[in-house]
Amino acid sequence: MNVLVIVEHDRGTLSPATLEAVAAARQIGSVHAATMGTAADALVEQLAAHGVSVVHQVHHDLLGDYGPEAWGEAAAQLISSLSPDAVVATGTDRGNEVLAHIGAILDAPMVANCTEIEAADGPWRLVRTRWGGSLLERCELTATIKLLTVAHHAVEASEAPASARTVGFSPVLDPSLARSIVVDRVERAAGVTLATAPVVIGGGRGVGSPEGFAPLEELAGLLGGVVGCSRAVTNNGWRNHTDQVGQTGTRIAPDIYFACGISGAIQHWVGAMASKKILAINTDSEANMVTRADYAVIGDLHKVVPAIVAEVRRRRP
Amino acid sequence: MRVLVCVKRVPAPGARINITPDGQAVDTAFLGFAMSPHEECAVEAAVQLVEQHGGEATVLTLGPAEADEQLRYAASLGVDKAVLLPIVGPDWDPQRTARAIGDAITAIEAVDGAFDVILFGNESADSGGFQVGIRVARALARPVVNGIKGIEIHGASLRAGREADAGMEVYDLPMPVVLGVKEGINLPRYPTLKGRLASKKVAVAQVPPTGEQGGQRMVTLWQPAEQASATVILGNGPEAAAAVVDLLEELGVLK
Repeated sequence: MNVLVIVEHDRGTLSPATLEAVAAARQIGSVHAATMGTAADALVEQLAAHGVSVVHQVHHDLLGDYGPEAWGEAAAQLISSLSPDAVVATGTDRGNEVLAHIGAILDAPMVANCTEIEAADGPWRLVRTRWGGSLLERCELTATIKLLTVAHHAVEASEAPASARTVGFSPVLDPSLARSIVVDRVERAAGVTLATAPVVIGGGRGVGSPEGFAPLEELAGLLGGVVGCSRAVTNNGWRNHTDQVGQTGTRIAPDIYFACGISGAIQHWVGAMASKKILAINTDSEANMVTRADYAVIGDLHKVVPAIVAEVRRRRP
Repeated sequence: MRVLVCVKRVPAPGARINITPDGQAVDTAFLGFAMSPHEECAVEAAVQLVEQHGGEATVLTLGPAEADEQLRYAASLGVDKAVLLPIVGPDWDPQRTARAIGDAITAIEAVDGAFDVILFGNESADSGGFQVGIRVARALARPVVNGIKGIEIHGASLRAGREADAGMEVYDLPMPVVLGVKEGINLPRYPTLKGRLASKKVAVAQVPPTGEQGGQRMVTLWQPAEQASATVILGNGPEAAAAVVDLLEELGVLK
């Protein structure tokens, strides 16, 4: 079988998540990849190192920066000319978005966030995530060209060196598609972000107020981490949504996550479960967060967190 | 300005989600319902657009008759009109849902005029297909961008912000436009008593949905196995601080 991977990159910088889709595609068959724009031409070697045998370099003036409509249209034209058995991307914001455009243009089904793929001559049998990963669904996909995304982190990227040849492709894009291309970027201030922080100090309803986060901020500062929070906290207006950990917020993967006064609703858990270690601080020893955590302190976070801060300061004056 | 916001009735976030014994559906016997979190923010955005620029907001859902509850909730927050595309039985697949919603929008616009802005949630909380809004936009031949966390109107165009790894991406989109909104774009208001009372009187227009089945068919649902973890209790109260810092040193977090 031939599988085409839609490569995610930002002005020529490869998104590492794409290599997960490449690894998943290798399990299905021979892997082709499509790169959008000349800025991505330099990605051939990286893709070849992961087992891509043909890179289709898609070139057009409208592919200079990301635009979901232009990327979708260009990919759909390439797919129509290649007729691969399947088209795969990683289930990131852009991956799911571009595949949905392709599905809409080709009037074909698109299955988002698969964790298992059973290719077959008839319908493919897939397992996909629902509720941000707290529920799984087995489904059947019936289509001439199977469109799907692989759930982020469901498959590990792995090297499989191959030599890749390149083929150019020039789509015909209507100038009107310029309407949905990125026109500007507001760069984030440099520093540790919630998604990449090695330590996250999370606070929930139990923190009680915006001011209640002060000791959590202090502990985060001492440990080189950042503060996160639950949806209850943002819904109360105590903290900005950019701090929210969970299904509709940020997914975190720190070395240690302190869950302070967080009961542990499933939608919060799916955002925190990739943490290497979780330490819950809660008055309720039966709380979901406590029973699922690696470590717990049973007690009032308003007393426990300042005590931890004091102990860290004592040992690292 | 005419704004349409499309929502989906889903089990209220926060509760444990159990599956029926036949694996065909979420067991809703003990669950409350809500609209998906991204859509709560889309409704708030729709109401704010009308507050700032005049016009009217309409809410639309494809779902069971009970989804009347979510339509009236949106009305209680200030949405003017409500449309239900009633279905019986299990969820429709994403292609079929999008076809039905696209057809309904075309029919509504033929009578009342085009919507300047159509808002969807980025993805539904339950089935998470990440596609219905995009399919509808393509069917209507309108621009669409997902993941939107900021909206500003500038004359005939709309400036939308989207969060990305490196920061915020900015899009300048001509109206009419379709947007997939993400939670965090705003903080949704709560209904007032007056709003609740008014919402009871809003007429919900019923549009029988059409649409052929798509190529994705759900076979069964299940919960992933829980990782068996025996939680190590480090202690009770502030006295546990020393044990916590020992752990931080052991893990190399405190250098």
